[in-house]
Amino acid sequence: MKIRVDPDRCQGHARCYALAPELFSVDDYGQSSVIGDGNVPAELEEKARLAIANCPESAIEELAG
Amino acid sequence: MARATAPVRDWSQDFDVLDPGYIEDPFRIWDDLRESCPIAHTERRGGAWMLTRYADVVAAAHDVERFSSLEVGVINNGAQREPEEDPAAQYGLPPISADPPLHTWTRRIILPWFSHKRVAGYEAMTRDLCRSHIDGFIDAGQADAAVDYAQQIPVRVIASILGVPESLSDTFTGWVRDMLEFADDPERNLRGQEGIGSYLIAEIERRKVDPGDDLISELLHTSHEGAPLPEGLVLGMAALVMIAGIDTTWSSIGSSLWHLATHPDDAARLVAEPELMPSAVEELLRAYSPVTMARVVTTDTKFRGCPMHEGDKLLMNFPAANRDPEVFERAEEVVLDRRINRHVAFGSGIHRCAGSNLARMELTVALEEWLRRIPTFRPAEGAELAWAGGQVRGPRILPVVFP
Repeated sequence: MKIRVDPDRCQGHARCYALAPELFSVDDYGQSSVIGDGNVPAELEEKARLAIANCPESAIEELAG
Repeated sequence: MARATAPVRDWSQDFDVLDPGYIEDPFRIWDDLRESCPIAHTERRGGAWMLTRYADVVAAAHDVERFSSLEVGVINNGAQREPEEDPAAQYGLPPISADPPLHTWTRRIILPWFSHKRVAGYEAMTRDLCRSHIDGFIDAGQADAAVDYAQQIPVRVIASILGVPESLSDTFTGWVRDMLEFADDPERNLRGQEGIGSYLIAEIERRKVDPGDDLISELLHTSHEGAPLPEGLVLGMAALVMIAGIDTTWSSIGSSLWHLATHPDDAARLVAEPELMPSAVEELLRAYSPVTMARVVTTDTKFRGCPMHEGDKLLMNFPAANRDPEVFERAEEVVLDRRINRHVAFGSGIHRCAGSNLARMELTVALEEWLRRIPTFRPAEGAELAWAGGQVRGPRILPVVFP
């Protein structure tokens, strides 16, 4: 599983960071990004899906393998 | 709280967000409107449209071209200050009352003050505040959860951020209530505006000779495109932090305590399963979202088939959107462990509440500390509750007992 945060859609709600701090970081302006290269370890896939489903801006995308 | 008006008979064509019945129980009204007339209209208080469906509210919030933030209040009370009396008039309260580009760069100045890192730094102070206020009433076995607790927390955190004395908390609270809750009363509304304006102007003057490490001092030392920020802009931004940071979060803490007082099973579950707190906080924010924001229509246009005209007001009812059954299963229920919760209590799009990290921390800490000391409590029998409504909804009198 590979994911990315669309920087144009992200508005800094920080729900992803709250739900999966292992996967996302947030800067001083609220902008979220995926830590590392976007590849999600198998044991964190459920958390990644939860973050995708809870983003109020639908800013997190699952990239096609 | 609001001045009496004629009772509302037809919510779809004659709504009034200050109607006493709406303030006390807006939930069925929203449910009816979402089904029968999801874009309601009124001629009252200057006229406005009101969106109640999630999809419509989110679409309008993202449509910053057609729906401007230059007016975010819907109550027109006819009061107007002379421009020379009101140095912030030129700028409003940016970034909340601004459109791009002013919105974009003023927001970037404000945001770091409410980043995760900064908010983590305010947590210990918030926890101490909660504890000392609980110490003040716990032996009595009763308290007003709104006045003695919820109302006391956010104002003090905001005072610390602005570098103004905590001892003036009640004064700040009074001014903010005048502005937001008594928006229909020109006299009180002006009193609030003038109170905050003249107080902050004096604070700005003081910091020119004796700067500190507070937000106002930093704004005075901030430049944009090579020039220092105009003082009217500093004033507007500082006023926004005070106005938006007090009434809203206090309302959320109060509504959440009201829910737990009236739903002892939920209170008991949160005490037994403290790991539910993060999802419970999101759920309480969803179910009791305090804030409804307005926009002004910039051009004659049609929105979902409704003919809107330049200058019309549009209410984005975030609280109603958050109870839309199209988006939320069991929308009318509080489900403390709700897994999927894409609520828009903090808005949607470029105006997402800049203080949302702070509000979440304050609500979490206030509930944790309350439940740790007062795990079981209920509304005092026969006591009168009072809610504030309009564009910020929350309990203002909430007597509870914990014998």
